[in-house]
Amino acid sequence: MIPIDLAIVWAFIIAFAVFVYVVMDGFDLGLGILFPLFPEKRDRDVIMNSVAPVWDGNETWLVLGGGGLMAAFPLAYAVLMPALYTPMIAMLLGLVFRGVAFEFRWRTQRVRNRWDIAFFGGSLLATLAQGIALGAILQGIHVSGRHYAGGWWDWLTPFSILTGAALVIGYALLGATWLVMKTEGALRDRAYHLSWILLLAMLGAIGAVSIATPFLHVQYTQRWFAWPNILLTAPVPVAVAAITVLLLRSLAKKYDYQPFFLTLALFALSYAGLGISMYPYIVPQSITIWQAAAPENSQIFMLFGVAVLIPLILGYTAWAYWVFRGKVKPESGYH
Amino acid sequence: MFEGWDAVVLARAQFAFTMSFHIIFPAFSIGLASYLAVLEALWLATGREVYINLFNYWLKIFAVAFGMGVVSGIVMSYQFGTNWSAFSDKVGPVIGPLMAYEVLTAFFLEAGFLGVMLFGLQRVGPRLHFLATLMVAIGTLISAFWILSANSWMQTPTGHAVNADGQFIAADWLKVIFNPSFPYRLVHMVLAAYLTTALVVGAVGAYHLLRDRHLAGPRVMFSMAMWMATLVAPIQIIAGDQHGLNTLEHQPVKIMAMEGHFQSHKDGAPLFLFGLPNQSAGRVDYAIEVPKLGSLILKHSPDAPMAGLDTVPRENWPPVAITFWSFRIMVGMGMLMLALGLFSLLMRVQGKLYDSRLLHMFALAMAPAGFIAVLAGWITTEVGRQPFTVYGLLRTVDSASPLAAPAVASSLIAFIIVYFAVFTAGVIYLLRLMAAPPHPGEEGPSHDVPIRTAGITPAAGAVTEGAAR
Repeated sequence: MIPIDLAIVWAFIIAFAVFVYVVMDGFDLGLGILFPLFPEKRDRDVIMNSVAPVWDGNETWLVLGGGGLMAAFPLAYAVLMPALYTPMIAMLLGLVFRGVAFEFRWRTQRVRNRWDIAFFGGSLLATLAQGIALGAILQGIHVSGRHYAGGWWDWLTPFSILTGAALVIGYALLGATWLVMKTEGALRDRAYHLSWILLLAMLGAIGAVSIATPFLHVQYTQRWFAWPNILLTAPVPVAVAAITVLLLRSLAKKYDYQPFFLTLALFALSYAGLGISMYPYIVPQSITIWQAAAPENSQIFMLFGVAVLIPLILGYTAWAYWVFRGKVKPESGYH
Repeated sequence: MFEGWDAVVLARAQFAFTMSFHIIFPAFSIGLASYLAVLEALWLATGREVYINLFNYWLKIFAVAFGMGVVSGIVMSYQFGTNWSAFSDKVGPVIGPLMAYEVLTAFFLEAGFLGVMLFGLQRVGPRLHFLATLMVAIGTLISAFWILSANSWMQTPTGHAVNADGQFIAADWLKVIFNPSFPYRLVHMVLAAYLTTALVVGAVGAYHLLRDRHLAGPRVMFSMAMWMATLVAPIQIIAGDQHGLNTLEHQPVKIMAMEGHFQSHKDGAPLFLFGLPNQSAGRVDYAIEVPKLGSLILKHSPDAPMAGLDTVPRENWPPVAITFWSFRIMVGMGMLMLALGLFSLLMRVQGKLYDSRLLHMFALAMAPAGFIAVLAGWITTEVGRQPFTVYGLLRTVDSASPLAAPAVASSLIAFIIVYFAVFTAGVIYLLRLMAAPPHPGEEGPSHDVPIRTAGITPAAGAVTEGAAR
């Protein structure tokens, strides 16, 4: 039997869970970020209804990402969470606000506006915190022994603020293209318009992060530009350019579905870029995936569950999306 | 040195605070999900409209409670890393997989089918919709299975070894999952969830019966809830007794704290009915005790000897007063539930179930009893486990993150402010939903389009708010 490197298998599983989280909760966090741009109550109702049946499932991937990290790479979890203490707490509090807003804003007439603000503020805060956390991980974390050894403000740097802003733009673009797909009439036109602006902003953000990242560590530079690595890494920016062209075209032609899925492809490429930069570290420059890996029997025990359950989960999640397919119509809700 | 100790206390306070908030919602939604499945099954089987009315009525309440459970649960799952990173590193290989299985088998099941359950009746038809309801209900029970397995392992660890990095690893997963206290804890908690929900359902029914005893919906829900109290409260007391015996076997020090047994009793321990445990003096002040009853309850023999905390090093004592009192509060609530069940049975056989105002007022007053009992029981078992996170093996002080006290203090303050703001609003909305009786043609959130109004069109929402004022 060929020996399987469980640490690599699990790195892919965790990366997959986090990616699914990013794209699925990404668009519904993006809707929250766009909320102030749609001041009409009816528009807001439609926007919320477009994700109301599925947001719980989207957010469960975040729990899997965190729980899976603790189970498969406990050392990385134990080092990263204290290092990202403030952004993590901010993200959780943001998610509390926006999560309850889904239920609460329908329960009140008088203070509905407050829950709209909570939905927007919570979504923005959670997104910003996630982006900042990403930047903080990329720039490196002080580790001594099996502990985080930095201060509780290390996460805050110009680079992490850049990645925070970039993620806000990215999620907003996902949200806007989701609306293009799920709505009609004036609301969809508005979403098209926003998609244009946000796409340009996102390309700027991808560029800025891509330029800044190699300056953080010499390893990142070598990974991307040294020969022969460049043969493997060059397709990523080339694909980004190709997807961008397709995305611009689909927006120009006012397609319904393409903008959203092409934006997802942009996210996938950016995510792959991050993976290329970080590998084989799970805590950059400090802890590799093998050093952080849980004992083999923990990883094997969970592998059985993942192999059977993830396809099942993807299956019934797809079914739930299928049940609520099509455009959200504000009027037909009151039959 | 002192600063590190401070951060641990703050992290404990934060865990206790967020956990106390969180546990209320799963306790309610486990029971309510099963109740909804029963209501929909009855509707499908009998076709009686009252059942679908009740289903739609409680579905809206479930949606709000479930949402609060989800968001407070996400906080819990990350708190292990933020505040208890040393614990996560050492224990992650054992309890991490259990929690990952909870996510994979339970959370996704609940969340995946929740949307269809809330909004999909028109889209998928009654049978597939019932399947979704059933999946959500099963999901809540699977979730209880894994999280109680993880918690029980921390209380009564078995099947593990320790590796060179000082991490706990599983030597035998079956022994880890089915550890000695797990079956008792699972049964006790699930029954507690069912009772908690029954008491809320019964109180809402009683509230509306007090206003109009002829309403069909409230009569049905009140009757169902009182059956639950009548049948399950005695079972829960037996289950609790068995759990206590199990705790005596595996965590005797916790029992000593629950009973206030500072001293050993060679020929039969008393039961303290009242007393103020005095930890520093190592005695119970102002004690009112029944001789030998403690031994009779715990060992089922009045003269059985009982060891006390005087046989345990002081640094391994849990906080006795908290454990002692929270245990008594839980038991007291259980006795009141038993009384409610018996009283309702008496009224039922006399044909006065819907007419006894005294019973209805009693049932209404018991609305929070389940929550109080769950919280008190949780405090008993968790504080009684101190000063360990993994009983006897890993100390709480060695489990915390290397954080500065101000970081933990500020996050604690943020949690307190946010939780009070958010959950106060949630409770107000829940009470508002419960204040209106279920009416014929109760609209469910089952439109053609997923309108998250849960059936409250703007007009109906105004009516609900009007009724609340």
